[in-house]
Amino acid sequence: MGDIKWACTERLNSDPMVDVSVQNISKTYDEGTVKALSGISFEVEKGELFGIVGPDGAGKTTLFRILVTLLLADAGEAMVNGSDVVKDYKEIRSKVGYMPGKFSLYQDLSVEENLKFFASIFGTTVEENYHLVKDIYVQLEPFKRRRAGALSGGMKQKLALCCALIHRPEVLFLDEPTTGVDTVSRKEFWEMLKRLKSEGITILVSTPYMDEATLCERIALVQEGQIMSIDTPDGIIARYPDQLFAIKSDNMSGLLRDLRAHPEVASAFSFGEYHHITFTDKQKIAEGASSFLATLSHHNLEMHTITPTVEDCFIQLMSHDGR
Amino acid sequence: MRPLKFLLIKEFKQIFRNKTLLPMIFVMPLVQLLIMPLAADYEVKNINISIIDNDHSTFSHRLSSKIAASKYFRLIENEQSFKGAYQKIESNEADLILEIPYRFEENIYRTGSQQVFIAVNAINGTKASLGGSYLSSIIRDFNGSIQPEIKFSAPSSPLKRIELSAINWFNPYLNYKVFMVPAILVILVTMVGAYMCGLNIVKEKEVGTIEQINVSPIKKHHYILGKLIPFLVIGLIVFSIGFFIISWGVYGIVPQGSLLLLYAYLALFLIAILGFGLLISTYSETQQQAMSVSFFFMMVFILMSGLFTSIDAMPAWAKVIAYANPVTYFIEVMRMVVLKGSTFQHITQHVLIMLGFATLFNVWAILNYRKTA
Repeated sequence: MGDIKWACTERLNSDPMVDVSVQNISKTYDEGTVKALSGISFEVEKGELFGIVGPDGAGKTTLFRILVTLLLADAGEAMVNGSDVVKDYKEIRSKVGYMPGKFSLYQDLSVEENLKFFASIFGTTVEENYHLVKDIYVQLEPFKRRRAGALSGGMKQKLALCCALIHRPEVLFLDEPTTGVDTVSRKEFWEMLKRLKSEGITILVSTPYMDEATLCERIALVQEGQIMSIDTPDGIIARYPDQLFAIKSDNMSGLLRDLRAHPEVASAFSFGEYHHITFTDKQKIAEGASSFLATLSHHNLEMHTITPTVEDCFIQLMSHDGR
Repeated sequence: MRPLKFLLIKEFKQIFRNKTLLPMIFVMPLVQLLIMPLAADYEVKNINISIIDNDHSTFSHRLSSKIAASKYFRLIENEQSFKGAYQKIESNEADLILEIPYRFEENIYRTGSQQVFIAVNAINGTKASLGGSYLSSIIRDFNGSIQPEIKFSAPSSPLKRIELSAINWFNPYLNYKVFMVPAILVILVTMVGAYMCGLNIVKEKEVGTIEQINVSPIKKHHYILGKLIPFLVIGLIVFSIGFFIISWGVYGIVPQGSLLLLYAYLALFLIAILGFGLLISTYSETQQQAMSVSFFFMMVFILMSGLFTSIDAMPAWAKVIAYANPVTYFIEVMRMVVLKGSTFQHITQHVLIMLGFATLFNVWAILNYRKTA
């Protein structure tokens, strides 16, 4: 179905594999005083699972709202599935699925009624695209007569996903779908996304959780309305410029303070059980870590090299940008 | 039209599930129409009067007992001095003081005229003016009744009097309820239109469901119609309950004019007032905002509509407000069609004006809705 559409739609973009293209999109709020997005550009290929990763307030929701035609950008152009978000907004609305960060289904309608309603307003039926939502909907089936407002957080998100999918969108936009959902449900949710990908649906997902970034094919790290890096998660990790070490001792908070004050330490951040640190002089550390440890008067010191995570990369990029 | 059907099904399901809205729709007209007309009455009864009788003559006693016998006045303990009576007013026990002067009867016989003194506590304006005029009319009446008796002694007062008798048309017994019930019905319908529809849309904004609708091929006019039609139906139902069960059934107000005309005007009015609710909803972000704004306009609509006070008696600037108020026209039409049996020719102007309101509110609302969404 998607291929036929490609053939008959004229596209500005020559690459037929690009499904979402964003060019220099900017958006400010409150008459320009608050910058939400400053000149963002990226492209997402057809059938890709693309992650927008960044903290709260990075501009993820604004970007999604522009792409699903709910908001007009101040500058820049964006195309979704061959249609311009400003000129052809009507076409986009019938072929994208949008799941907002805030649960926004009808709380006073039941699970079943919500699904039916959203199928009907897109001119389709639940039966027609049931195969798409089947895996998710079977979990909701026992509660299908329950009001959507009375569902648990995870169930709500699953229902919202079903409702965003029921018209078989070409592109699916999921704004922080796992925020406020428990770990098990989050895992399930990502597995569902992977299955959907195999249906050929392009998926853009935003998340503030760095650990979820590795589950995407490609990610864009955003911070204060700007993209700091776009690559595969492995690519982003491979670009980490320094050797990273994990260090721990009996007194973790004291250690962090000492590390940050240490002249040889370039950066030190707390990461759960360990502190992650980099050094100003890589050579010196490679020769002998014990001499460095000796300069710290801490008990049960333990240090080893580690491969960085996306979060390390994010922090590195952030501090690099900021200073 | 198919999407509209789905929207309507959804809307009615939600309305019927709403545990607050539904009882409001059906209980509100019953309670308001049964209780309000009984309590909100212009007739003032139980006016407390204090009579200072300085004469203690037959005439003064006759006047006192005439006043006491009227259903409007309640005689409180007679005072001997004005000072004592004035204290009664100050302590809010008396509303009126009537002072009958010394030699009241004697002067009437001798000169044919005499004055009495009336003091009115005007804190409650309606009570004061009505009490004053009731009392004057009793005294006038008393004056008429003693004329034959004093004619003999007073030489030159020929009895030339023009008697006026009035017939009240359309509401012969000046029954307050006949006048009020149709108008209160208008207010009820206005509430349904201005509050419920507007709040419903703002609720979708607040919860965020409107975004899900916006990111769908649903057309704006389908969505708006999907909101207007259910409340139009509710408005018609509320009106019918109030009109047939209460106004006709309980108060026995039989409409003189055409029901079809009345319902046609009601539908037009509902479209206008629903458009007004829609307009408020496009300017509000939360239900609280929408509620406050509608409440403000409801107060203006009710008080400046000729419901309680006659528009003709308003100052010029207030008349301008009253005639810029859609409720005014429907109240007039209700009273005209129900009480007078007016036909389409009589209300053509009202129809045109209401058409204007309906167009203004709806077009404005739709334009503003487009801009914000």
